[in-house]
This record gives sequence, C-alpha cells and structure tokens, in this order.
Amino acid sequence: MSAGTEVRPTSAGTYTPRPGAAPLPRMIAAQAALETKMLLRNGEQLLLTVVIPTLLLVLFSTVDIVDTGSGQAVDFLAPGVLALAVMSTAFTGQAIATGFERRYGVLKRLGTSPLPRWGLMTAKTLSVLVTEVLQVVLLTVIAFALGWSPQGNPLAVLLLLILGTAAFSGLGLLMAGTLKAEATLAAANLVFLLLLVGGGVIVPLDKFPEAAQSVLGLLPISALSDGLRDVLQHGAGMPWGDLGILAVWAVVGLGAAGKFFRWD
Amino acid sequence: MRNEPVVQVHGLIKRYGTKTAVDGLDLAARPGITAVLGPNGAGKTTTVETCEGYRKPDSGTVRVLGLDPVRQAAELRPRIGVMLQSGGVYSGARADEMLRHVAKLHRQPLDVDALIERLGLGSCGRTTYRRLSGGQQQRLALAMAVVGRPELVFLDEPTAGLDPQARRATWDLVRDLRADGVSVILTTHYMDEAEQLADDVAIIDAGKVIAQGSPEELCRGGAENTLRFTGRPGLDIASLLKALPSDCAAAELTPGAYRVSGKVDPQLLATVTSWCAQHGVMPEKISVERHTLEDVFLELTGKELRG
Repeated sequence: MSAGTEVRPTSAGTYTPRPGAAPLPRMIAAQAALETKMLLRNGEQLLLTVVIPTLLLVLFSTVDIVDTGSGQAVDFLAPGVLALAVMSTAFTGQAIATGFERRYGVLKRLGTSPLPRWGLMTAKTLSVLVTEVLQVVLLTVIAFALGWSPQGNPLAVLLLLILGTAAFSGLGLLMAGTLKAEATLAAANLVFLLLLVGGGVIVPLDKFPEAAQSVLGLLPISALSDGLRDVLQHGAGMPWGDLGILAVWAVVGLGAAGKFFRWD
Repeated sequence: MRNEPVVQVHGLIKRYGTKTAVDGLDLAARPGITAVLGPNGAGKTTTVETCEGYRKPDSGTVRVLGLDPVRQAAELRPRIGVMLQSGGVYSGARADEMLRHVAKLHRQPLDVDALIERLGLGSCGRTTYRRLSGGQQQRLALAMAVVGRPELVFLDEPTAGLDPQARRATWDLVRDLRADGVSVILTTHYMDEAEQLADDVAIIDAGKVIAQGSPEELCRGGAENTLRFTGRPGLDIASLLKALPSDCAAAELTPGAYRVSGKVDPQLLATVTSWCAQHGVMPEKISVERHTLEDVFLELTGKELRG
C-alpha cells in the first residue's frame, strides 16, 4: 500500500510490523525490576520503608522511653519493627504508589500492553517481596548490632511475613483501586500512623485498656507483630492464632481488591 | 487480504452511569490511516479505548484485526500500539527508561536508541517524566505506541497542544508508519490533521459516526461549493440566475457582496464573468471556496468543530 507514495529515506521498512509479546517470565521480571527501581528512587517511600523503621528500632532500643517489659528492649522491638517494615511496604507504600499509577494512567497504559493484568499484579508482589528482603536484612543487621538474640523457628517467621504481606497487600490495593490518589495518600499514611501506635509495634498491647486490647489484637499489624514476637522473643512454635487472623485479612482484603479494583 | 478491515465496530453502545458516551456507533477502518474526527465529548476516546480492549461495550460488537478485544485480549495486545491522550508513564521514570521497559514487553521491538533520536527525546536525559515538557511527554507516548512494532496503532489526539514543528514531526512519523504497512487509527479535533494525514475520515458526533469516507469524498458528497465576488450594489439577481445552471443559487449577502453556490467548475466561473461583462460589472475579489471538512461538519451537525 506504500506504492505511489513518496519514498522516505528514514523509513524503508524500519516500522514494518513484527508484533509479538516477550516471554511471560521476562515481562514479569522487567516489570518487577522497574517497580522496585521506582520505589527505591522515591524519597518519601524510602522514608517510610527504611528510615522510619530503622530510627524506631535504634531509638527505642537505646533510649528507655517505652516500657517494653522484662528483658532486652531490642528483643521486644525487633519483631515489632519487622512487622512495621512489612506494613510500610506491602500496605502504605504499595497503596500510595499504585494509587498514583492509577491516577496517571500507568495502569491503563500497561493494561493495553502485552503484559497481562495478573502479570502486572505478580510483578508488584515480587517488587514488594524484594523490598521486604532488603528491609529485613538491614533491620536484622542493625538489631544484631544492638544485641538482639532471636529464638524460634525460621519457617514460622517466614510464614508470618508472607501471610502478613498478603493481608497488607490486599488492603493496600483495595484502597488504591477504589479511592482517589490523594485520598489514598492521606488515608494510607494515617492508617500507618494509627497502626504503628495501636498495633503492638513499639507499645505493648497490654498497655491499652482490656476492652481495647481484644479489638486491637484482631488488627493485621497486631497479629503480625504478636506472632513474630511469640516466635522470635519467646521461641514459640507455630502461632496458629495469629496466622489465622492474617489469613482471614488476606482472603477478605485480596478478595475485595479483586472485586472492586478499578484500573482508572 | 490487505483490504480486510483492521477495525470493525457495529452498534457500539457505551454508557457511564446515566451518560451515554457512545450511542450505536458503526465504523469500519481499512488498512491505512483512519482519522476519527469530532468535537470534545463526541465519544472518540471511548470508542478507541473500547477497540483497545480497555473498556467493555454495553452492547454491540467490536473486532480489531479480526479479534474480540476483550475475550481475545492476550492475542490482540501484542499486535497493537497505544498512545493515550495523556499520562501512562511512572512519574519518576526517565523517558528512555520507560521506553526501554515497554520495548522489553515485546518480542522484536524497534531499536530504542534510533527511536529516541528520531523523536528528539535524547535531550530529555535524566529528567523524570513529571518534569518533561508537554511536547516531550507527548512524543514519549507516541514512541511507546510504536516501539513494539505493532500492526495497528491507536493514537488519541497525538498532536493536541503541540507546536507546529512538533506536529509536523509527528505527522512525518505517522506517514512513515503507513508507508511501512502499519495501520493507524487516530482521533483528532484538528481538521487539517485529518485532511493532511488520513486515507479515511470518520466524523463522529454525539456518540455516532455521521459520515465516513476519504477527505475528498466527504468534501464532494452532499456539499456545495461557493463562488464569491463583489461588484456594484443592486445587481439583478434574477437575471444572473437565468444565466446560471438550474441547480445554482445566487444571493446578494450585503450590498455589493454576491455569492453563487452550486457545482463550481471552470464553466460556471466563465458564465459568471461573462454575465458581469454583459452588464458592465467589474467583479472584484472573485474567489472560489472549496468545501472543507469544517464545512461538512457544520452542515452535518450544525455545530462548529472547535466549539
């Protein structure tokens, strides 16, 4: 059909169609790498995911502000801060980033690319996991330097971290996929702050009135920090109760996100 | 086989709440460049986004490259390229980074460096998307649409807000795509863009295609041309009409300003000038106006395109 049209030296077959999707694993890996890069480049995100947990761990381990019960403060704080790190990445960070991706048409544009939607979500999860690994390594090294002596079954810890990530991801994506980006930004930060205070991260839950305790104990952050503490501080076996709470949050959150998530 | 339509839409209806954005739209786009022309809010973007598989029709059928864009999305998406009207890029990503990323999602992408140079995106350097100029953002979006070597490209208002030089650069790329056998569906509310680029134009208003054809066909069909001249006021219009073919009309619009409408050809021009000569009239400012898409649009809808 180019017959009769003028010949352009710049063209001559440059754009001849050769369509095709890249292999799925390559697409997902590329997407996860880009998402992680975007996250690590974002100052506010780093503040949330790295600076705040690190500061809390160092500050409260070395300065006796909060009564963390008997034993070394770091043994109480390290599990709580690990729970906080999971929440900051899987919930707050992911909600804010995804909310703005939705607002700026990134999800829409990628939704018409060869990368399937579930592939995009898989990449997001991978990116969250990579970030969490970096956080856990950093916080563990710092905690050890502060004299941390963890107990317990690493498998139980891993299971808690994974279920916690699933629970927080569901809630974060639900927020990002239904609210406006600005509302998500405000709400995700507010929830982060409230759960930081009321979720047994640095303030033990038994400092709260009894009635409040039973409600606060059902929050995903409390289940995660309590479960991690049971295992890492007290050497407990599988914390089934906490795992159960996280599993319910994960099913409800991911289910609702799957149903109500809007791509634009 | 090259003349199979690349896009076929029948009776498309799409509502947002109580608002009907697309209202029983029919469209068939042949290979080549098809411009979907219409004012803001006519339903252009919704139509294109439905073809991209991004929106589900409330009713009607849509086939793109013979595929159902929703049910056969996995098959269709690698074969199309999409340029959104705005956005589509991580605010913290650099232009080359985003373009390389989209390239990685395709099996045999274009040479990214060559494309960056072609579209003048090299000067963006390490600047992140949110700090790029509007024109740079637009060119990046265009590059993202073509980098995967698609068969069919959807461009939503590709030159809105661009300066004339950048518009011409975009037009050149679109022509190159066509020359290499890529089909293009572009929406625009610029008349000249449709006239310059398109093999076919679909005029769309209030959610319906109200006319479709090549720019020449649209300007010829149904539309009449106009011949204007000025002379002394109060000429005898009845006498002029007698000299003209029967399907012509003539009027004195304001004193001394005359308009003849009908099939304006060299013969008609000669008839008018010789009538003037017989009546001792010197026709000044004589002009022949070809019908433009703007006139066609005005006639069809009673609306100005750029309201």
